[in-house]
Amino acid sequence: MVYRASSPELSPSAISTKMVVAGGFGAGKTTFVRSVSEIEPVTSEALMTEASAGADDLSATPDKVMTTVAMDFGRVSLDADLALYLFGTPGQDRFWFLWDDLIRGALGAVVLADPRRLADCFPAIEYFENVPDMPFIVALNCFDGILPYGIEDVRAALAIDPEVPLLTCDARDTASAVYTLTELVRYAMNLTRDPVFA
Amino acid sequence: MTSAPARSARVRPYAITGGRTSSRRPLLLETLVSVPGFDRAVYQELVAETREIYVLCRAVRSIAEISAGLGIPLGVVRVLVSDLVDEGRVRIHPSPAAAGAPEHVLLERVLRGLQSIQP
Repeated sequence: MVYRASSPELSPSAISTKMVVAGGFGAGKTTFVRSVSEIEPVTSEALMTEASAGADDLSATPDKVMTTVAMDFGRVSLDADLALYLFGTPGQDRFWFLWDDLIRGALGAVVLADPRRLADCFPAIEYFENVPDMPFIVALNCFDGILPYGIEDVRAALAIDPEVPLLTCDARDTASAVYTLTELVRYAMNLTRDPVFA
Repeated sequence: MTSAPARSARVRPYAITGGRTSSRRPLLLETLVSVPGFDRAVYQELVAETREIYVLCRAVRSIAEISAGLGIPLGVVRVLVSDLVDEGRVRIHPSPAAAGAPEHVLLERVLRGLQSIQP
């Protein structure tokens, strides 16, 4: 966690923005959020019917089963009156429709990938490839600092566009997680500047 | 910050909102909410969850923090905050775009802010 000398209380004139941390189950999303957050990461719950979650067809069941889905998030003050929120996506694929709510207004997304289980992040990449004007980068969370393959081999395996930044990080390390976010911002700035990519 | 004890889904959360499931305002998860001037009389008038929100938002909070802090599902928080705004009890802070910041200016501020973080 990031510890600040100043109080984490937000100013009455504060505005806020958001980034999303996505990836497969166990890719290190909560760890990443924790590394950057100045508050203990917390969980909010969305409530839905199982039917709306696209689970088994419950149309034959008049009493819809209510379920909750947890979203972890953290916050970091970037300035006296600018708060950045980081939201981890829910892990389960059947909560895709919640992602639309989660990413609305986001500056961009980091897709975390576990190099040992690359395929787990494919759905997240595919999702962001289909969201217009949503910059995303892919960060390989190397727990032991070692990437077993060349990074371009990984790019080929992921089949992402050549301009999508691909980097390694250590989600447990604040400096590394923060650096990953700065890379996302730089990429977003390039896209905003260069209409070819827009 | 620790989460409030989770409430069981069996409390029928939309009973709290009179059955409404959507708010009339575009409240994003990170939208900030605050009480401009805490009024004891208003506090006395409010009941249950709206009172809890009113108290919590004496300090600036996001929709997501209200949900996590009070253990109320996001959808319910959105409806109740929307009501409180209509009644003039709380204010919603503008989004960066509504506050007049072009996107590249916001991105530059975010970049500077991130670079200033000392692990």
